[in-house]
Amino acid sequence: MNPTHEARRVSPRLRTIQPAWVRITHWLNALAAILMMLSGWRIYDASPVFKGFVIPPGITLGGWLGGALQWHFAAMWLLFFNGLFYLAMNVVTGRIKSKFFPVSPRAILHDLGEALKGHLSHADPSKYNAVQKFAYLFVMLDIAVLILSGLAIWKSVQFPLLRELMGGYDFARVVHFSAMSLLAGFIVVHLVMVSLVPRSLLTMIRGR
Amino acid sequence: MKPVKPNRVSVDRESLIIDVRRELDMPSRRLFGKRIVTLGGLAMLAGCSISDDKSVETFLSRVSRLNDTVQGWLFDPNRLAPTYTEAQITRPFPFNAFYGIDDAPVVDGSDFRLKVSGLVQNTKTWTLPELYALPKAEQITRHICVEGWSAIGRWGGTPFSEFLKRVGADTSAKYVGFKCADDYYESIDMPTALHSQTLLTFTFDGQQLPTKYGYPMKLRMPTKLGYKNPKHIMEIFVTNKFPGGYWVDQGYNWFGGS
Repeated sequence: MNPTHEARRVSPRLRTIQPAWVRITHWLNALAAILMMLSGWRIYDASPVFKGFVIPPGITLGGWLGGALQWHFAAMWLLFFNGLFYLAMNVVTGRIKSKFFPVSPRAILHDLGEALKGHLSHADPSKYNAVQKFAYLFVMLDIAVLILSGLAIWKSVQFPLLRELMGGYDFARVVHFSAMSLLAGFIVVHLVMVSLVPRSLLTMIRGR
Repeated sequence: MKPVKPNRVSVDRESLIIDVRRELDMPSRRLFGKRIVTLGGLAMLAGCSISDDKSVETFLSRVSRLNDTVQGWLFDPNRLAPTYTEAQITRPFPFNAFYGIDDAPVVDGSDFRLKVSGLVQNTKTWTLPELYALPKAEQITRHICVEGWSAIGRWGGTPFSEFLKRVGADTSAKYVGFKCADDYYESIDMPTALHSQTLLTFTFDGQQLPTKYGYPMKLRMPTKLGYKNPKHIMEIFVTNKFPGGYWVDQGYNWFGGS
């Protein structure tokens, strides 16, 4: 067999779809997000924003408010620096442009329709469809809002601009909780999609 | 993305089959996969008790101390907490302590003497009338509790920096500590002690500080969380040795800045 032909036949299978830095930051982010969410629920329970809505303590992290706060304020560094590195690498390597753009509302709606009808192909996992592009951009923005609203709650006196942007200390908690709920929603959809297209899990573990 | 032929099952079969076939050829990888799943399961089970692990606890405490340092950097001595109008005061202002409202300590003001100790030039005790004669200051600020709720209150007293000046405190020392009538104890960093909104307060909402809010005096700092604001203060000391605090020693962050 012609060696060049052989190489061409093999190359798409060996091609790295998710570079190592994407995989590492993805899993570190997953760990940080889960630690933040579970400990955050415990903190929420100490004084629920929405009267009567309490998160079952059994599914929270930290054991008590003090423990949950320690987890929350430790995991935040992982979330923050990992997120910063991820964004910087995305910009430096040009990945953000090539993977997530262009994306338009029309394309998102079209692909969403196709996805719901079961027509959307994942034959080429190196390319994101419009729904994926939207979902991943959305979750990046959502985590940014989580960090900013969290910062407004933690340091409402030291960051007056951020505090006002979030509608004051009390409302920053509503923003923080809402952004958390959206992240939880994303995680559920994300996990369902991964279970429907298991290959995407492999690309996020071994890169191809 | 171009649509493919309709397929009832939404699992991407073709790609799955490719992967499954390859995996079947490699029993060691299958075993590895199995072990990963088991490890994941174990990690989930351990989730309940992971906080109790001693090394995890030590690690989290260390990060918390690191966060004290970071908060020290973030603290701007000239940054003022927002102030509010009389109409915005939370009424009734919530009572909060590690005990019930009926157990709040009753301090007899007539023979009360505030003790001052540590790195100060003058350790003479202070009677309440002497304290009331200090320069006056008042504020309507937001009290933010570590639990998340907040309430706006009006406190009156004297700038704490004034008091520290009068007792000849060594303001290059690291900490100011407090001992309270309810066995509470707390300590703060010197920059916050000298902040212009840090008041040694004797009144709440224009009235003598009631027992439930900390009679005879409460240190009010709108730049710190509620638990950092000690009530029923009996003794104030200046030190370079980390004094901790009632909640801090149980795991709350020491700086507790807002």
